[in-house]
Amino acid sequence: MKRSLQIRFGLVAFFALAAVVLFLPSTPAGERLPSWWRDSIPKIALGLDLQGGMYLLLSVDVEKGVENATQRLALAVTDRLKEKKFAFKTVEKTGQTTIKVLLSDGQAPDPVEKEVLDRFGEIKKGGREEGALLLSLDDRYIKTIRDFSASQALEVLRNRIDKFGVAEPLIQRQGDREIVIQLPGLKDPKRALDLIGKTAVLEFKLVDEKASVEKSLKGEIPEGSELVYQRTFDKRTGERSEVPFVVKKPILLTGEAVADARVSIDQRYNEPYVSLSFNSVGAERFGQITGDHTKERLAIILDGNVYSAPVIRERIAGGQAQITGRFTMDEAKDLAIVLRAGALPAPVSILQNVTVGPTLGADSIQKGVKASIVGALLVVAFMILYYRMSGLIANVALMLNVVMLMGVLAMFNATLTLPGIAGIILTMGMGVDSNVLIFERIKEELRLGKTVRAAIEAGYDRAFTTVIDSHVTTLITAAVLFQFGSGPIKGFAVSLSAGILINLFTALVGTQVVFDYITSRRKLEKLSI
Amino acid sequence: MDIIGTTNFDFIGKRKLTFVLSSTLAMIGLFAVFQIARGAANLGIDFAGGVTIQLRFEKDVSIEKAREILKEGNLPPADLQQFAEANRLLVRLKTHNEDLGPLTKTLVERLQEGFKDNKAAVEGTTEIGPSVGRRLQKDALWAVFISMMGIIVYIAFRFEWKFGVAAAIATLHDVLAVLGIFFLMGREINLLVVTSLLTLAGYSLTDTVVVFDRIRENLRLRAKVPLAETVNRSINEVLRRTIVTSSTVLLVLVALILFGGEVTYDFALALFMGVIVGTYSSIYLASPIIVVWKVRAVERRPAPRTA
Repeated sequence: MKRSLQIRFGLVAFFALAAVVLFLPSTPAGERLPSWWRDSIPKIALGLDLQGGMYLLLSVDVEKGVENATQRLALAVTDRLKEKKFAFKTVEKTGQTTIKVLLSDGQAPDPVEKEVLDRFGEIKKGGREEGALLLSLDDRYIKTIRDFSASQALEVLRNRIDKFGVAEPLIQRQGDREIVIQLPGLKDPKRALDLIGKTAVLEFKLVDEKASVEKSLKGEIPEGSELVYQRTFDKRTGERSEVPFVVKKPILLTGEAVADARVSIDQRYNEPYVSLSFNSVGAERFGQITGDHTKERLAIILDGNVYSAPVIRERIAGGQAQITGRFTMDEAKDLAIVLRAGALPAPVSILQNVTVGPTLGADSIQKGVKASIVGALLVVAFMILYYRMSGLIANVALMLNVVMLMGVLAMFNATLTLPGIAGIILTMGMGVDSNVLIFERIKEELRLGKTVRAAIEAGYDRAFTTVIDSHVTTLITAAVLFQFGSGPIKGFAVSLSAGILINLFTALVGTQVVFDYITSRRKLEKLSI
Repeated sequence: MDIIGTTNFDFIGKRKLTFVLSSTLAMIGLFAVFQIARGAANLGIDFAGGVTIQLRFEKDVSIEKAREILKEGNLPPADLQQFAEANRLLVRLKTHNEDLGPLTKTLVERLQEGFKDNKAAVEGTTEIGPSVGRRLQKDALWAVFISMMGIIVYIAFRFEWKFGVAAAIATLHDVLAVLGIFFLMGREINLLVVTSLLTLAGYSLTDTVVVFDRIRENLRLRAKVPLAETVNRSINEVLRRTIVTSSTVLLVLVALILFGGEVTYDFALALFMGVIVGTYSSIYLASPIIVVWKVRAVERRPAPRTA
């Protein structure tokens, strides 16, 4: 053998071997491989469409986050002004970013304004009104809040999903206010969706005992109070109920005071409930609230829905509270998870939800594999029928092509999707084109009366530019698809472009080596092509 | 083995007929583009926004009964489809509604109640909000535009500009033709179909490039032969390659159409038509264009050598 031939042979053999080493762990046979091999090699990941799971595109309502921040600031201003003993009636949020302080008669606005501006850097002047001071949020702070809402939402969701327990979840921020969540192999999509979608704002408010529920329902709600409902749904009977409550607007305590939340079982009714323990600040505050308002009812409200409104019997000092309701075990568990992970700074809405059950994914894999095998067999048979011995060589190149494509996909830890499988199948059909181009050229040269060896040489030589040209054009579209395509389409673009590049190698180096080897051994009179 | 021996077909001579055919195909495609822009085409929910639900029943299910069940109540009209397995059902509902979760739930509950004695399990759901649909539409348009530009630039770089324009026209023709046929068939135009159109653009261009490469080569060798003859000869020379390659690609696409399942069905079908149209266009559209173009140029300003 000539030296250049040896080198090229070695190159092809090396790449083929490397490809096998790389992709074997990704196949079902991978489990039987020794662990030093299996564990040290990246694997081809299966897309959600193949292994089943959930893809969510969420949009964080950052404007609502700004509104919530304004609400929080209004409460903080109230506390501060009370502490400094200013004479004022109320502090209220009047718009998304505006707060109005209603002053008592005889209270000069200037010192109040100075106090607020000195204390709260995030607030700026908003002007004056008769007996009232107007404040508004600083523009830079608004921007910060928008950004914070999205990043905080990401953290909270990650926390919840971690506690929920999904293997290898992917949680990513996309753009300004979007979050992408991928939960592969998810068993219970409905539960996951509830868990993710819940804003989980926990509020404790006092029931307005003096107000009449009947009158409030007609619209006569007392100043400073509001109407909230306890909505329940009995799964056994399918009955829905709605109990109205009139509660005082001020939020006495929020979920931020919660240090831990656990599921416990009520011994008497054998029903699960969630027990909360507050952090030190929260515990002190809770003790104070329960001490100040004994015999009143304290409504526990989650996302605007009253869970329970027990009567405060005595001052509760230990910093413990319970949320009861007719929970199932899963509901109680999930409630504990969201309370522990904390509330979303702003509500999220689902822009896109793709859920694939495991049976559908398995079905797709099976169909993809079947189509691949049939497609490969058809091409292989065609090539042998048409080109005989040379067809066999092209087929070896084709197989090499597929093996190396798998190897490359594994090496880059690429994700295989259903369109990706289609891409692999397509490369098998398109991949033989290079060899077809070369073979037809060789045939032409043979017809012109050249010797086998000269014809092969001329064939490879003349077809070279055409082969390159034809590959580049497909690569252009594959690159564009990669740039603009979403998940599954990206998978297609990856397998198509990788397949094409590898094909270039197997066609131009791989098959030529075989031909060169054959012609170097003996002088062929006739080529089976 | 050879499918055909050395051939000597007169491809260019039929150019009047094929130009009419090509223009018709392209016009249908343009009409389809117009209808899509107007919102009158059958767009997939990935572009239009909406819900798809895939259900697997325990027993075979009657699609007519399912249709009846979903007709009751004030739901937007749903499109039902059944697969080879008669116990599976695909429900598709296009809507601009933002909040799709409850809609999915209602549809599933409705069907489960309607088929009480035939338990249905949800195999998969897709919910796409209108904003995502609009974004995907925009992305798809950009993808088509940029890949077309990329193709023209590459061909202009590798060949004379007339070749580039001819190849681009042929490629655009193929994309339009397949889009038009899909539209006439009333098939859904979704993200995977657009993907197949782009893939087809790449494939069709490859085909054209192979023919052009040979034309260019023969032009150098035979400067004195009339252009039409050289082009004809070139097409005939690469005809076997064209047939063999189209055949292998069509073979794998047949495998994909028959065994790949419903997700890749439209994709494979569009490509199948595309390969046929693409092969046709590189022979009967791209090549005659350069003949017409060059010959006319020669007639108007006769070159000294041919005079």
